[in-house]
Amino acid sequence: MKPRQQRMLAVGLAALGIAIAAGLTLRAFQDNMMFFVEISDVVKGNHPTERNFRIGGLVVGGSMQRDAGSLDVSFEVTDTACTVPVKYTGVLPDLFREGQGVVAHGRLNDDGIFVAEKIMAKHDEDYMAPEVADSLSKHQQDIQKAVVKGSAECGTSDS
Amino acid sequence: MIPEIGQFALILALALAVCQTVLPLVGAHRGNTAMMGVGRTAATGHFVFVAIAFACLTYAFLTDDFSVLYVANHSQLALPTLYKVSAVWGAHEGSLLLWILVLAAWTIAVAYFNADLPDAYSARVIGVLGFLSVGFLLFALLTSNPFDRLIPAAADGGDLNPLLQDPGLAIHPPLLYIGYVGFSVAFAFAIAAMISGDLDQKWARWTRPWTTVAWLFLTLGIALGSWWAYYELGWGGWWFWDAVENASFMPWLIGTALIHSLAVTEKRGLFKSWTLLLAISAFSLSLLGTFLVRSGIIVSVHAFATDPTRGFFILTFLAVVVIGALVLYAWRAPSLDSDAGFGLLSRETFLLLNNVLLVVAAALVLIGTLAPLVVEMMTGGKISIGPPWFNIAFLVPTLPLIVLLGMGMHTAWRTQKTASWWRLLRIPAIVSLVLGVVIPLFIYGRISVLLVVGCSAAAWIVISSLIQPVRSLLREKGTAGIPRSALGMSVAHLGMGLFVIGVTVVSAFGIESDQALQPGESIEVGGFEFHMVGLSNVRGPNFSAIEAEIEIRRDGEFVDTIRPQKRQYLVQKSWMTEAGIRAGLDKDLFVALGDQLGQNAWSVRVQYKPLIRFIWLGALVMALGGLIAISDRRYRRSGRESEARTRAAEAAA
Repeated sequence: MKPRQQRMLAVGLAALGIAIAAGLTLRAFQDNMMFFVEISDVVKGNHPTERNFRIGGLVVGGSMQRDAGSLDVSFEVTDTACTVPVKYTGVLPDLFREGQGVVAHGRLNDDGIFVAEKIMAKHDEDYMAPEVADSLSKHQQDIQKAVVKGSAECGTSDS
Repeated sequence: MIPEIGQFALILALALAVCQTVLPLVGAHRGNTAMMGVGRTAATGHFVFVAIAFACLTYAFLTDDFSVLYVANHSQLALPTLYKVSAVWGAHEGSLLLWILVLAAWTIAVAYFNADLPDAYSARVIGVLGFLSVGFLLFALLTSNPFDRLIPAAADGGDLNPLLQDPGLAIHPPLLYIGYVGFSVAFAFAIAAMISGDLDQKWARWTRPWTTVAWLFLTLGIALGSWWAYYELGWGGWWFWDAVENASFMPWLIGTALIHSLAVTEKRGLFKSWTLLLAISAFSLSLLGTFLVRSGIIVSVHAFATDPTRGFFILTFLAVVVIGALVLYAWRAPSLDSDAGFGLLSRETFLLLNNVLLVVAAALVLIGTLAPLVVEMMTGGKISIGPPWFNIAFLVPTLPLIVLLGMGMHTAWRTQKTASWWRLLRIPAIVSLVLGVVIPLFIYGRISVLLVVGCSAAAWIVISSLIQPVRSLLREKGTAGIPRSALGMSVAHLGMGLFVIGVTVVSAFGIESDQALQPGESIEVGGFEFHMVGLSNVRGPNFSAIEAEIEIRRDGEFVDTIRPQKRQYLVQKSWMTEAGIRAGLDKDLFVALGDQLGQNAWSVRVQYKPLIRFIWLGALVMALGGLIAISDRRYRRSGRESEARTRAAEAAA
């Protein structure tokens, strides 16, 4: 093969590969993208209904309940302004604790309960998922109070 | 006193690194031998002072000097000695110091083991490495000083993150860093070649062993990290497409492409500018990985605490290095290309395809990793990309890669005659397809299209990797007949085959099951009965734990007893799962304790993981292949002799 042809071949193959990759990427992105929704927005009803999304906040103190001998667990998560009840079946991560930050993947059921498929807790004392930290600082309430009592006043509901 | 010595040593190292950068580069430009000669001396001094700083920090950890902030935050009196040592690189400041030490070590390795490099060239390589050292030393001294004092000193430390108290994780960062930083050598070689405007096949021969060493350490580091995540994060996965995992995987993919592209440049003098671009990219991606980990910009289990100043510094440094290298590339690369040709069916073609596919794979990983950042910047929406996307997207370039790999190994340089090629490969191809059906159907009793594809692909690589070594064994007894570099290639590819079979089988036939269990009860998973005999309290040096005794039986016959633990570390009050694993080459049986569900019952995650060991075994064999390849004789001869022999060999070929 002449160098010119080689280059054409290389460029052609690269272009083809990139085109296929780009096409697949965009298509599959649609299905696998998961949005982070603030709890205040969940309460207002501004959340996806047909697909999973993520929520994050602090686990409300004293809200955790489980039936003895069952893997079902329920608790409340707050962004210090609003609170949403969460249900989960399975093993919770080691660092899951009341009063600590948590991220959950799942969707809201008809009763307004967030049914989680996956729960993630922070892995390090100093570390909180940036989106959770943002969401908390935005609502700027007394975190101590919120953790103990759940929501103080849940925003101006426009739903 | 000792920490101040460390601090001072670090400042001296910076001064020497500046000399190591400026004098050799200016000397090489002016042809001044004396100035060029300073490079090696300065590099040695730089290494010595970094080593002193590192030793001082280690000493502070071993003597529990809690007047050093970093030690107070990441160690504790009761921490076992091994973890006091590994705690040195257990968090940001210390791991940066390790990075600097590794870079300095690579620099003197290049300075002393490459004695037959031309003086000017060697000086430029040392200068470029010095420049990188200056960047990282400044980073450490300005934003992340490990020797900062804590006054008054703490009575006891805050303990090392319990996740990191594990022998596997103690050596994971050093291995990974040797790999990451090792690509700086290929980078420096590329920059030196572009400055001098002189890039020939000798250049590729000098660069190859260094690149392979870096690659093999990166392979080991990533595999060890994956193994650690499997047993220590507690949940039995081996790869999560976590941003930080991706950050180490992208340089690996590009580094793999670089190794293959260097082969073409060395043998045929082709792909020169492409090789340079890969050398630049591999190291740039290592830096990008550092940026992602250090800046806390990405949500990840591995991310260190957020600190915008550090992120900003690394980003600036990344920009300087990448833009500088690319400008030089744009200026110099066009003059480098050669006009040798090759046939459509030739090893060059296959290696070209290998490179295109590996780069596409790396690009996909990059897109998936950075997409959340880009979307947030453009729309303000916060998204995450799930592992399912990576799993599918990644298969697109890698499946053809695997099929082509088996063919490429048996294709001649320049041009290959189709008939003989087909005669050699048709039987392995048929056998692989048969095995692809037989393995899932008869061993595991289930079959699907993806399974046949995966198993055939794995069998195809394994068989085609074995053809050459087996042939040489049969003909001449012993592997003397096959050059080490070719043997290394076969072994590394064999490792790839083992890896693929492991991934295929464990993703298709692995079982995970969350259940409730209490003493006296049993559950069945994957044909095995897991019987909880009892629970007991045990104590470790710095933790207390609840330990379950679990008997595994198959058809009533005793297999093994495993003891998973739930540990509570006393200082940080955090809970950690220590999984109980019955490891075997054919399968792992895995039990992890979840949460206590009332009186005595626990939620447990039980897993049956067939062939999961092949994933790490495969990586180990790949690294072994790299080791065999660099032991090839042609990398050892001194310059002049080597040239003569190469010429003779080329004439004979």
